[in-house]
Amino acid sequence: MTTLAKKKKHNWNIVVNIILIVLVIIWSIPIIGLLISSVRPQDDVLNTGWWRIFAGEGNFTLNNYRRVLGGSQSTFTDAAGNVLRASGDNLSQAFINSFTVTIPAVIIPILIAAAAAFGFAWMIFPGRKIFFTIVVALLVVPLQIALIPILRDYMKLGLTGSYLGIWLAHTGFGLPLGIYLLYNYISTIPRDVFESAFLDGARPMVVFARLVLPLSVPAIASLGIFQFLWVWNDLLVALVFLGGTSDVAVLTQRLANMVGSRGQDWHLLTAGAFVVMVVPVLVFFALQRYFVQGLMAGSVKG
Amino acid sequence: MTTTEISGEKRGFLATALIAIGRVAVSLFVPIVAFVVLWAGFIFLRDSNAPQGIIAAVAIVWGVGGVALLFWVTDWVVNRTSVTVAKKLQPFVFVGPALAILAWYLFIPTLRSLYLSFFDAQSNNFVGLANYIFAFTDSKMIESFTNNLLWLILGTGGAVGFGLLIALLADRVKMEKFFKSIIFMPMAISFVGAGVIWRFIYAYKPAGEDQIGLLNAVVTFFGGEPQAWFTMPVWNNVFLIAILVWLQTGYAMVIISSALKGVPSSIIEAGRIDGAGELRIIRSIIIPYIASTLVTVSTTIIIITLKIFDIVFTMTNGNYGTEVIASMQYKQMFRFYHYGRGSAIAIVLVLAVIPVMWYNLRQFSKREGF
Repeated sequence: MTTLAKKKKHNWNIVVNIILIVLVIIWSIPIIGLLISSVRPQDDVLNTGWWRIFAGEGNFTLNNYRRVLGGSQSTFTDAAGNVLRASGDNLSQAFINSFTVTIPAVIIPILIAAAAAFGFAWMIFPGRKIFFTIVVALLVVPLQIALIPILRDYMKLGLTGSYLGIWLAHTGFGLPLGIYLLYNYISTIPRDVFESAFLDGARPMVVFARLVLPLSVPAIASLGIFQFLWVWNDLLVALVFLGGTSDVAVLTQRLANMVGSRGQDWHLLTAGAFVVMVVPVLVFFALQRYFVQGLMAGSVKG
Repeated sequence: MTTTEISGEKRGFLATALIAIGRVAVSLFVPIVAFVVLWAGFIFLRDSNAPQGIIAAVAIVWGVGGVALLFWVTDWVVNRTSVTVAKKLQPFVFVGPALAILAWYLFIPTLRSLYLSFFDAQSNNFVGLANYIFAFTDSKMIESFTNNLLWLILGTGGAVGFGLLIALLADRVKMEKFFKSIIFMPMAISFVGAGVIWRFIYAYKPAGEDQIGLLNAVVTFFGGEPQAWFTMPVWNNVFLIAILVWLQTGYAMVIISSALKGVPSSIIEAGRIDGAGELRIIRSIIIPYIASTLVTVSTTIIIITLKIFDIVFTMTNGNYGTEVIASMQYKQMFRFYHYGRGSAIAIVLVLAVIPVMWYNLRQFSKREGF
């Protein structure tokens, strides 16, 4: 390469890096602004831009978090040292509710989907092909289609506003992708892995529990993260089947309510939004590799 | 277990019918028993006064353990039957529960929604196509169709465009992983959370006051008038779509980026030797090579934009001309309690995804070995 070409290439590299840095700044500014605002006192947040702290202005406080996490009788100390009583948003309860909804709504569909994927991949039965075709077709069906009929069933069964109802709903809506992803994985497990087990007379259920599930851990992890983010971040299914105001409300519902009732209380909204996103963001960074694998395998999902 | 059926076995009609009934029974057994047991548990839990945390923990163990246990129990029951019968029932121990749940939650609801869409608000009287006429002629509905089209074009175009740009650029630098992680992170954030983040960016204060919203701060810094962005007709949709682009670009980037790694470097080298510039290589070699990936990514984001709900619901609630199909459906259901119209709009959404469904099925049937 001539020195001119080298220099040209070098310049090009700098330009690429600058463009990327600008894009990364644009992409991260919203989150930085949110974080900074969530730890500024009320007066600061409501009267000056968060970027002022870079000029050394303003103070920091954890009161916003105390208030959004606290229940109805929260007390706090304001900047002047006065003890105030104010109603909190009780996000800590919603936090527990979110976990109560999410954990089974991730594990139950994975169990059922793994069993079905094993059946489709390694067993022959009438209707196998047509049933799997239906599963593939259902991958993109919008869940909106199910809201009215299922809500009617739930009203008859008294399931509205119950955890059981929302677990089953998330199970139903998560199954097509779950079966599809796990089928792709389980059908590639070499046949000889099972054969010795079957020769020893093991029942399919034993083979499934002892061999298939442990061997599928990477695929199950991908699906698990996928389903976790989907359930934790879901608003529509929770709104419809859990109801808006009950004490089973999850974080996304509470936050949506706060937007409605405290639309201008930015010190609380920013803290609330951070509480809602902290768990998925941690999970995301810890398990990013599996998540990416899951995305690749499941990029047909609607 | 063997995967071959026993051939040449003579069975009467009665035996065949019994096997069929057995298969259905096995399919339904796990879901129904699990359901009843869980339900009883819930009534019990709801009536008790234990602290929230304990109820949550018990509910989790109950739900998850119950499902696992019931799989085991059905398997045990099936294995009590004779060997030939057990063999026929066995597959349904595995696929049955999934099929039953899919039938209840997705397959049958599609038919039920179709049926309900021909009836009035309380589903009492047959109204023919009236709900569909509403869905395609009401001014709010037309507004939401137009907006959804805007979401589809700008949202998909923006996310895939930025995703492709960033994937191509990041492929050429040392800190690729870092850049990609940052762009990818919003994927983990809920639409509601993103809504709050962006409401804050779009926040408005009257002229003369200190702006706390970043966008208005920038506008006033350059001497402009602060704007209430959400009330600006048509443009407010673009501001909402920006949120989707922010969230979904990471997804497009990750998928495209992995496709880029698969472009053989020999082809690119050949292009270089022929004297093609960087842009020419991207346009004539790389893009055609990853075309199918671009189609897949676009399809996924198109479906997300068709169903978009949370962003509109939390940001504007469909006011100021930002209504979309899914928010209209929600309103018909929960504000006006018009199940007929709500169902008709849901059917319209399904019709919109049918081309994608058809494409997926064709891709799937092309694959060997099923």
